Parts: sequence; structure tokens; C-alpha cells
Amino acid sequence: MAELPQAVVSGILIGSVYALLAVGLALIWGVMDIVNFAHGNFLMVAMYATFFAWSFLSLDPLLGTFVAVVVLVALSLATFYVVIRPVLRGTVLSQMVVTFGLLLLLQGGAQMLFTPSARAVVHPWLDGARFVASGVVLGGPQLGAAAVAIIGLIGLWWLLNRTEVGLAIQAVAQDRKAAEVMGVQPDRIFALTWAISGVCVGLAGAMLMNFYAVDPAVGFQFGLIAFIVVALGGFGSLRGALLAGIAMGVTQDVVGLYLPAYGLAAIFVLYLLVFLIRPQGLLGAH
Amino acid sequence: MRRLVAYLATALLATAACTGGSSTAGPSSTTVSANTLGTIRIGAIYPLSGSVASAGVNAFHGTELAVDVLNGKYPQIDMPPLTVGKIELKSVDSQGDPQNGAADVDRLVDTEKAVAVIGAYQSAVTLTASERAERLGIPFVNGASGAANLSDRGLKWWFRTGPTALDSAQTYFAWLKSIQSQHAVKTVSVIHQNDAAGNDFAKATKDEAAKNGVTVADDISFQSNATDLTSQVQRLRSANPDAIFSQMFINDTSLFLKTMAQLGYTPPALLATGGGWDDPTFMQVVGPLGRENIRVVTWGIQVTEKNPTAKAVDEQFFKNYGVHLNGDSARTFTAMITLGQAIEAAKSTEPDKIRQALQSTNVTKTIMPWAGIKFDSRGQNTLAAYLVLQLIKEDWQILYPKELQTTQPVWPMATLTGR
Repeated sequence: MAELPQAVVSGILIGSVYALLAVGLALIWGVMDIVNFAHGNFLMVAMYATFFAWSFLSLDPLLGTFVAVVVLVALSLATFYVVIRPVLRGTVLSQMVVTFGLLLLLQGGAQMLFTPSARAVVHPWLDGARFVASGVVLGGPQLGAAAVAIIGLIGLWWLLNRTEVGLAIQAVAQDRKAAEVMGVQPDRIFALTWAISGVCVGLAGAMLMNFYAVDPAVGFQFGLIAFIVVALGGFGSLRGALLAGIAMGVTQDVVGLYLPAYGLAAIFVLYLLVFLIRPQGLLGAH
Repeated sequence: MRRLVAYLATALLATAACTGGSSTAGPSSTTVSANTLGTIRIGAIYPLSGSVASAGVNAFHGTELAVDVLNGKYPQIDMPPLTVGKIELKSVDSQGDPQNGAADVDRLVDTEKAVAVIGAYQSAVTLTASERAERLGIPFVNGASGAANLSDRGLKWWFRTGPTALDSAQTYFAWLKSIQSQHAVKTVSVIHQNDAAGNDFAKATKDEAAKNGVTVADDISFQSNATDLTSQVQRLRSANPDAIFSQMFINDTSLFLKTMAQLGYTPPALLATGGGWDDPTFMQVVGPLGRENIRVVTWGIQVTEKNPTAKAVDEQFFKNYGVHLNGDSARTFTAMITLGQAIEAAKSTEPDKIRQALQSTNVTKTIMPWAGIKFDSRGQNTLAAYLVLQLIKEDWQILYPKELQTTQPVWPMATLTGR
């Protein structure tokens, strides 16, 4: 039977999207030591941007990806300059509270502007695409989402490890003051980090919109998953986030095959097990 | 300065003492002659935010319109307005969280001085809210929660006008029996949310299946707001039943249908219940995948053809909210009208007199396709019933009961893949 291979493949596909969603969170944490509680709701904004580009501008959701990315970069930069920068010198608690406030603001704002109703893109051309190999089905939207996620993650890795800007980001993450002495302007790097995070979550949201409905509360579940991915992979580790995202997707689907009610619960158990053995996460540093 | 602080502290303590602080503080109540009860405050609990908000807001609109009708705002609707006073609706948002249910009742009764509470849509929230109302001695009227066991708790202050998950299962199996010569169903699988309503739905379905000699091939539950339902659909495909019984809210419904289409699996019949298929956004969210889905529901637009009051209510509902009545809003409308009529009969805002009036309710004229409203000793309306509908092209058509049937079932349903 192809049930187990199907569960593994489906888990890898959705896990890749979890990873792309989570790297934005990991990046901000790694560079700035700030936890963005509103991250899941950034995904919600990206999904709405894709939906409205489809419904008002008749843009295919794949083209709507560009709209979502632009909107999310703008939202991320606005968040940094208006909300985060003023509390950079504040306490950790004040930094947490402002992002939590942003979470509530985005969710309440979406409910007020767009109503609580669920919305979905109907009939994207990707919807009809299916690839079957040895009884295992690769759905077009899921395959597309995973491909964009993997390309996005590779691009991010290249940016961080093979470009001067990426090295500057890493330098600020490792030692902000030393980087400043070397001529790097942390303020710009922080803004760039938020913009890159916006690109990642914009891509993830746009691709999810091909097979998932959006409503003002959609960010909660995905936001929670993003946090677990980051913690499981190791705070600040991109490779860890990818590994953790895929591990969570596969665990969720394989456990769900045998114990359907506990697929989601299984990823929490996985996190606890890893945490007991490696408190720093799969690939996190001490 | 110290004196000022002392004065302020004394004033605060005095205010606190006056406004109460005791959790058992009940509403001020009165028993007087007609038209002099003044403002009668009713508390309403619905999920107005969160993942179930779409259905919750729609359910709240049913209650809101009923209050307007009771207050005589729409004289063209043939329902007698209250003569004993005006109802003021105090609503709270449960956020779909069962932990909020009891606190919401406390707030409505202690702070808002509600003399009765209506709600709370989701069975899990209704469970905690109604138990709190029981402790406070406040009538709790429910219109749209399906879990059958809500009426099996021996509560004195609990009244449900709508049918239960057990009624839903019984209706489905009665219909299946009536068509067994054309479409024999020997095995079914059940898929549902892992919560109070979902588990109750599964139990009722399995019990009725056993009574009707139908084998349950699989019982699959999942956490609502699922991010992936591949495994669950795989299990359904593997069991390959003659029909699938499903219960879930709209986001999961969308993901469920899309996952089945992606995996190339279409059951012969998909028999649904719960908010997902009754959500006003259903058609927009699931698109062509919704066609030929079958659901049980308490109300369909065809009811307006034989019931002019239902037609007038539906027209006003559409005018106010831009959508037609559905099973949820029609049920919450009916629950509120029932409560209003009980207050009219009680001629009092004393909770116990309202409770007694509710127990004596014997209504035959409603907007529902029911024989009426009459509560048994458990507070359950014994006359509530379901319709079986199927989405044919863009319209929900009635399959059952026979006397209201508008079409023959499309069975097996057309393949989901490629729609």
C-alpha cells in the first residue's frame, strides 16, 4: 500500500512550507533577539493580499505572490520602524508586549475590515495539477508550495552565506558592537532582516492560499507551528528550521495515519523529546 | 494628601460594595402587570471572533433579528410583539473558547443584569456556559448546539429548541432506509472534529448505524483548524465505505474537500452535518467541490414556499445582513422568539417564572419545518427535526422528508478531482 509513502511525501511538502514560514521568525530572533508574536498574523495578511489580488485584480494566485511579498515587505518595514525600533533599547518584556499587541491589532483589524468570514481562492490553475508516481499523489498546490519554499530557503541561505549583505547580517547577529566598529550600520541590517522575513512569510502565505482558506484567526495555528519549528530546529538556525519543518510535517502526517486525532499533538511530543535530549534544538548552538 | 487617598479608597470600596462582587448576585427582577416590565435584558453568547466567527456572527444575527421582531420593529412579520416590555440584547464574544463560557455567563448576569441567557453555538462552549447558568439559577436557552448529551445532564434551567446530533443521525438513517432499494449502504466511515460536538456526532452516528445493521468501517477524529488532512483522507480512501458521515467547520471543510480532490478520492456519498456545510460562505469557499454534497439541516429556503412568516423573516434577514437565513440563523431566531414568548407568558423578569413559562411552552407556529416547540423534562424540544438536502448545481434541494422532497438524490456523486 502507498499509504505510508503518501503520508511521508505529504508531510515533506507541508513541512517545507512550515520551514519557510518559520525562517522569518528564526532570522529576526537570530539577528535581533526579538520574538515576533505577530508572525502568524503576518501570514494571515499575506494570505489576504493574495486573495484580494485574485478577487479584485483577477490575478492568478501565483502572480498574486508578488503582491503578497510587496505587502509583507512593506508591513515588516513599517513594523520595524514604527513598532520595534522605539523599543530596541527597552526591556525584553516591552519588546514582547509590542509584538503581542501587534498580533491583536492585526487580527482585530482583519476582522473589522474583512469580516470573520472564511475566504478561499477557487479554481487556481494549480488546483487541477496532480502528479502520481507509484500510487503516491503529489498535489499541484502542495508541490508548488514546497518548491517555492525550497527555492526560497536556498535563496536565503545563499544571501546569508555568499553575499556581503548576508555576512553583514551574520556579523550583527554575532556581535552588534563589533560589526558597528567595522562600518556596518545595525539599524539598516535590522530593517533588512525584517524585510527578508517579510519576503519569506509573504511567499509562504501566498502559496498556502492555493489550498487553504483564510480568515482572521488563521494565523494562530500556523504561528504556533512556526514557533515550534524555530524552537525544534534551534533558535537562529536556518538549516535547523528546514529540518524541523520537514520533521514536523512528516510526524504530523505519519502519526495522523495511525492515530488521526493526534497528528498535531505528535509534533508537540516530538518537540518535547528533542528538547529533553538537545535543549538547544536540532541544530542550535549552546 | 493622605486624607485624599483615604477618601478615594473609601469611595472605591463603597462602589465595589454597591456593585456587588458576589458571584451569586442575581439580576433585579420584577413581576408586574402588562407593559410595565420596562427593559428586559437578555444575554447572548456567540463566537464573534476566532475561527468559528463566520458561523457565530451569522447565528448571532438570527438572535438579533428575533429581538427586533419581539420589540415590534418589523410589523410586516406575522409574529406577536412583546406587550410586557422591550428586550435589550447584551452580547459577549466567547471567542469559541469553552473556558470563556462560564465567565461570560457571570458577566452577563452579574454586570449586565441579564434575566436569561441565550447561546452559545458551539456545544463545548454551551456546555460550560449552561452549567454556570444552572448554578446561578438563570434560564439558558439554546438554539443551535447539536451535542445530544447537553440535554442529558439533568439541568433544571436548560432549554434547547433545536434538534440534536442524535436526531441528525436518526434522520440520515431513516432517509437511507427509504432509499435502500436504489442505493444500499452497508458500510460507512465517520470523520469529525475532536471536540464535544464532534465526538457526540460520532457516537450518535455509530449507535444508529448499529441499530440499522450498517457497519462502521472507521471513526476518524482530528483537531479543528487542521493544517493538513492527508492522513485522514487516506484512511477514508483505504476503508472505501458506501458513504462518509462528516462533521467540521468551514476551514476544515474546505481543506477536507480539496484534499480528497487532490488524492483522487470521491466517496459515493458525503453526508455532512455541522457548521461547515451550513456556513454562509460555503459556496464561495469550496466552489464546485461543494456540489452533490449532502447535509442535514434544520432549515432550507424551500420552507418559505409554504410558510409566509418564514418568508417575511427571511426577506428581512436578507435585507439586514445580505444573506438568506440558514439552519443556524433560523434556529437561533427561533430560540430567541421562544424565550421572548416565555417572558410574555410569565409577565415577569423573575428567572424562575421565566423557567416555568418555558417548561409550559407549547408553540405550533414557527418559521421552522417542525411541528412546533414543546420541551420534555430534560429541556429538549421534542418537536424539532432535520431536513436532508443535497447541493444540485447551485441550489440546496430537499431529499427528505418525503412530503417536502424537491429532487431525487444524485448518487454516486461526481468525481471531485478535476472539478
